[in-house]
Amino acid sequence: MSEQKIDGFELKPGFKGMASDTGSDQTMFKGVHWGKAMMWIFLLSDTFVFSCFLISYMKGRGSTIVDWPNTSEVFSLYVGGVPVPLLLIAIMTFVLITSSGTMALAVKYGYEKNRKMCGWLILATAVGGLTFVGMQVFEWSKLIHEGVRPWGNPFGASQFGSFFFMITGFHGFHVSIGVIFLFIYTYKVFAGHYESKKRGWFTKMKGDYVEIEILGLYWHFVDLVWVFIFAFFYLW
Amino acid sequence: MSDEYNNNKSYQAQSSEVMDGSTGSVNPDIDYVRPAEVGEQDLYHGHSFIEKWVFCQDAKVIGVQYFLTAVFTGIVGLILSWLMRLQLGFPELAGFMTAEHYYQFVTMHGMIMVVYFLTALFLGGFGNYLIPLMVGARDMVFPYVNMLSFWMFFVAVAVLMASFFVPGGPTGAGWTLYPPQTILEGTPGSGMGILLMLISLSLFVIGFTMGGLNYMITILQARTRGMTLMRMPLTVWGIFTATVLAMLAFPALLVSAIMMTLDKVLQTSFFMPTILKAGEVLEYGGGSPILFQHLFWFFGHPEVYIVALPAFGIVSDLISVHARKNIFGYRMMVWAIVGIGGLSFFVWAHHMYVSGMNPWFGFFFATTTLIIAVPTAMKVYNWILTLWRGNIRINTVMLWCLGFIVTFVNGGITGIFLGNVSVDVPLSDTYFVIAHFHMVMGIAPLMVIMGAVYHWFPLVAGKMLHEGLGKWHFWITFLGAYSIYFPMHYLGFIGVPRRYFEMYDSPYMTSAVGMNEFISIAAFIVGAAQFILVFNIIKTLKTGKKAEQNPWKANSLEWYTSTVPPEHGNFGERLPVVHRWPYDFSVPGAKDDFIPQTTAPSEVIHTEVEKT
Repeated sequence: MSEQKIDGFELKPGFKGMASDTGSDQTMFKGVHWGKAMMWIFLLSDTFVFSCFLISYMKGRGSTIVDWPNTSEVFSLYVGGVPVPLLLIAIMTFVLITSSGTMALAVKYGYEKNRKMCGWLILATAVGGLTFVGMQVFEWSKLIHEGVRPWGNPFGASQFGSFFFMITGFHGFHVSIGVIFLFIYTYKVFAGHYESKKRGWFTKMKGDYVEIEILGLYWHFVDLVWVFIFAFFYLW
Repeated sequence: MSDEYNNNKSYQAQSSEVMDGSTGSVNPDIDYVRPAEVGEQDLYHGHSFIEKWVFCQDAKVIGVQYFLTAVFTGIVGLILSWLMRLQLGFPELAGFMTAEHYYQFVTMHGMIMVVYFLTALFLGGFGNYLIPLMVGARDMVFPYVNMLSFWMFFVAVAVLMASFFVPGGPTGAGWTLYPPQTILEGTPGSGMGILLMLISLSLFVIGFTMGGLNYMITILQARTRGMTLMRMPLTVWGIFTATVLAMLAFPALLVSAIMMTLDKVLQTSFFMPTILKAGEVLEYGGGSPILFQHLFWFFGHPEVYIVALPAFGIVSDLISVHARKNIFGYRMMVWAIVGIGGLSFFVWAHHMYVSGMNPWFGFFFATTTLIIAVPTAMKVYNWILTLWRGNIRINTVMLWCLGFIVTFVNGGITGIFLGNVSVDVPLSDTYFVIAHFHMVMGIAPLMVIMGAVYHWFPLVAGKMLHEGLGKWHFWITFLGAYSIYFPMHYLGFIGVPRRYFEMYDSPYMTSAVGMNEFISIAAFIVGAAQFILVFNIIKTLKTGKKAEQNPWKANSLEWYTSTVPPEHGNFGERLPVVHRWPYDFSVPGAKDDFIPQTTAPSEVIHTEVEKT
């Protein structure tokens, strides 16, 4: 962004730069695509959604009268008869963080107009996301088999199941939406819509590789939220 | 006039931001405005009737759609308030009404007026119509998402209205929807009613988020050449800050709605404590009802300012235009709006003084609440100083503005009462609270809406509303509103509780009955008076006189479109270039008493002042 030239405007670094950008006409974030600015602000709003969920969870967990289940037991997998705490979650987290890496590379290749590489990397990201959701389905069904329900569970406070299914469900919903869009954009990139300036199906607008970066922002955000859910739910 | 003009010195009319008059020579670059950073917006013009008027992507049409839908829900809310007043004033005439009906009407009236009427009207209606025009954009930056935003709102309204027709009727838990009673049997509408309410609120939040992103990005990233943030009309500042608040406050509403839906549908216990009902322990247990109150008011208090800040902004512009004077302390006004917006996130628990919080919390929230009075008072002083020695035109618009200032001060002062814990505790849940918030966030913003309708109707429809009818409308509403809410303060002081279906044999019975009858009669009249406006609009559309372009001689860009009413794309071939703020009224030495934002400095510099 720093090499960008804007006619009649000098991009200054630091606080001075921020002040002059804010005081200028036309745009506040110089050279930032509308869609990109929109995604950042949407993510800020979404951060508040997840914060409300997690703060409610902390309050709920802090004020139950029944003990909270021991998470390292509840979330452990048995490998050869030995319980390994957090095994599945570790794999899930690894897959999701890796998919963030492939997403970042897809953005890079997209801006380099390397259409094939970009497409394959978005596809890899989508597959990673799908794997994550699949493992989450596995985790949910395992817990449901063990008797964990939104309204109660055999291990302790009934709020455990409530918050667990609600928050991981809401996060999983975000991942699923992301996966759907990743597949759509895989198609768009491979079909060369950005080169041919084909108009969108619904919006009737022309696209650009910046859309890959916008999708990437969303994807990194979903990963970041997972890190917090991981810390607050599985490690606490 | 006064001494300043006696020294025969010639004054120069200059843009407020170009002040290099020391040499007196015309700077050749004085009209320079940086070239456009962003290319022309790619607009999709609708082809069929459906694309032009139903699923339309033009922000102006979407604004009108929002406006009409919100007004429809507002009329439903008005009818509900009539039914409530009928029961309170003349219970013998309201034999058809049970206590359950009354609670349902109270609840639906509150929710409709706050969320589906005022919020949607200011942000969806005025926001959509005015933002692109005022900042000099061709349209909102994401027209398709904007269209979805309206239709999501429309579905939310449809779901809300559907709750009137489901078994058990709409929810009767009060607009605050406090658990646990909201979803327990015995509360009216605790079955389908509350479920539809929660779904409707969630849809509203989703729809609003789509609209809100549009408003914010259009203001931040799509202003025209020369339109700096500090040259934006205060209307845009108010709507912008309110949108920021909404984007950060609505998440709390969404989360609380989701959690309560789960409590209702899946028997979770997020908000539900252990409950004994007729000797039996219910399945719920271990949840926290106070958590809901915190989440709800973390949304609910910023919501007050989501309604108030656009009103502050709009009224500033109306006062400035109709007093022919620049707004006093423009920057102070901007920072006051931003400051109020910021502070509004730190005051929510002043709605919860009687909920059993730690008393130190009350102390903290009382302090932050009273601090809000500072920027708010600054704004009131600035409105009055704008009027001071202005060339005031007492037309309908100005009347509504003056009505707003008075009403807002009134409601604001009772707010200082209620912000203090020790005063609030005895007044809590009485009619004093009802009077306070109806004055400050009901009547006051409504007056601005009315003023704004009379002000911008010539732009939207190209015809002037009838002034005489407008004045009748104003005076009946103004005097009537005070007849309704002034006595309510007194009812609160003698301890009449809010939300009660009837007063039984209470000690204040005798003095309250006559007053309730008086308030009810006033409420019927004020409600009916609103249909003067409906009549006025219909009559004007049919036979009204055609408005000239810019009938109020305003400076801001929405009056300088290529056609009136503006077409899709707003400004014709070329976007306007802005050289000044929108408040250059009555500038000494200028040819007219207004200088449009598009007037270049070289066109007005060095014009001599006529000697007075």
